[in-house]
Amino acid sequence: MKTVKHKILVLSGKGGVGKSTFSAHLAHGLAEDENTQVALLDIDICGPSIPKIMGLEGEQVHQSGSGWSPVFVEDNLGVMSVGFLLSSPDDAVIWRGPKKNGMIKQFLRDVDWGEVDYLIVDTPPGTSDEHLSAVQYLSAARLDGAVIITTPQEVSLQDVRKEINFCHKVKVPIIGVVENMSVFVCPKCKKESQIFPPTTGGAEVMCQDLKIPLLGKVPLDPHIGKSCDKGQSFLMDAPASAAALAYRRIIQRIQEFCGHHQPKEEHLVGS
Amino acid sequence: MEEVPQGCPGTGSAQAGRGASCQGCPNQRLCASGAGAAPDPAIEEIKEKMKTVKHKILVLSGKGGVGKSTFSAHLAHGLAEDENTQVALLDIDICGPSIPKIMGLEGEQVHQSGSGWSPVFVEDNLGVMSVGFLLSSPDDAVIWRGPKKNGMIKQFLRDVDWGEVDYLIVDTPPGTSDEHLSAVQYLSAARLDGAVIITTPQEVSLQDVRKEINFCHKVKVPIIGVVENMSVFVCPKCKKESQIFPPTTGGAEVMCQDLKIPLLGKVPLDPHIGIQEFCGHHQPKEEHLVGS
Repeated sequence: MKTVKHKILVLSGKGGVGKSTFSAHLAHGLAEDENTQVALLDIDICGPSIPKIMGLEGEQVHQSGSGWSPVFVEDNLGVMSVGFLLSSPDDAVIWRGPKKNGMIKQFLRDVDWGEVDYLIVDTPPGTSDEHLSAVQYLSAARLDGAVIITTPQEVSLQDVRKEINFCHKVKVPIIGVVENMSVFVCPKCKKESQIFPPTTGGAEVMCQDLKIPLLGKVPLDPHIGKSCDKGQSFLMDAPASAAALAYRRIIQRIQEFCGHHQPKEEHLVGS
Repeated sequence: MEEVPQGCPGTGSAQAGRGASCQGCPNQRLCASGAGAAPDPAIEEIKEKMKTVKHKILVLSGKGGVGKSTFSAHLAHGLAEDENTQVALLDIDICGPSIPKIMGLEGEQVHQSGSGWSPVFVEDNLGVMSVGFLLSSPDDAVIWRGPKKNGMIKQFLRDVDWGEVDYLIVDTPPGTSDEHLSAVQYLSAARLDGAVIITTPQEVSLQDVRKEINFCHKVKVPIIGVVENMSVFVCPKCKKESQIFPPTTGGAEVMCQDLKIPLLGKVPLDPHIGIQEFCGHHQPKEEHLVGS
């Protein structure tokens, strides 16, 4: 990991809140600067979504003398996932914890990432083997921190508080929380609907209570799902949308946390 | 943290306890004696326990956040509306146990008696068990590796005194790993009726759901059918239908046709589902079903 400057974990206690979607777009956003080398590692062994979301289905991993080669989306954006090791995307990976841990160790040790500015590690939901292994194996390599994803409803926040609790216990700094699926704006009448109602105040109140930064809120936008299914960057597909702008603000805050500033004024809207 | 030596041949392997990687493992002697390959006695114990349980249904999904727990809870409520039907709901999501909140049972504790652990009763005919009831605070993270989670699931199946039950519904976390293998393994002698698989319409979900279907085939669990949640959102103001999670590859309908699996139904997005979950109430399922 000496050739990797910044390492960011993307976590959530809850499934389906948009971790992989966020990880992919964080990677895309950072890699828009062609001088920034970005690596995206998917350690969701059972449900590896990153190959599809990055438009890399069917790609295979190659081995060389210096280790496994990641699959490159762009010259400066490499990806690794167990999805690249399956003969078919429908193959179930039915492994217990120890075998999953072994795979994660291999990903971290044997992939030849090269010189990388940002390594983003996408995780499955929960606080179990994959998360413990990632933290354990990266413990000597200095993780910058974790970005925690949630949706507004209390059923999600409950699991997310556990994830925050996990970070404290294993001493991983928390960069902040992202609230996905905040609100849906009807394309016809523009009425705002809270489909996942923030009955206890959403991420905003939780972050105030726990004194953790809220990095931003991203609205529900059907184009996000479409872009993910097509394997394209939503930031490119709908650059002026509220969701894309929200993502960009969040990405900038993460870069600032990592101590790297990039002027992105042309994308900023007052928050 | 529990560690298994890298290169562990597996407790059932002929090399168990004998391989080079077994050196230094605390279980080496056990495996070498052949005891590791013997079936877990808990399987027979659970078979006995399950004799008073008529039907056992697993609720699965490869994908997280598609509404497994929401569905499990409402299936339980729906079945229990007939007061002559005894229903049990078991939550084996150890890291993210949502069932206590969804059932309005936060803060409840589990009691032990001579006949085992008592489930927490929502109604006289609806009992619930979850690791959530064993935590001192709902924010406590359960940071366990696979073997410890498996032990908890074994206890839930073996030691909970469910009594005479018509339907046992088992809510699971997303994935195809320890919890799922353990549930199927421990219930293997007790005849699982089958699995209901939950999805949302977009391909990123369906991809994981096909893996779950693949899992069911591999471990020989019959598939009752697929439920597609979050199908469509109807704007309360102008009634426009929006597909928030677009079925770019035809949604569950096309997947089920391809795989020759029943599509049990499609459920639209409705913010009231989230609000009522918070309140721990329920609504009869029929109002939420849209013709599929």
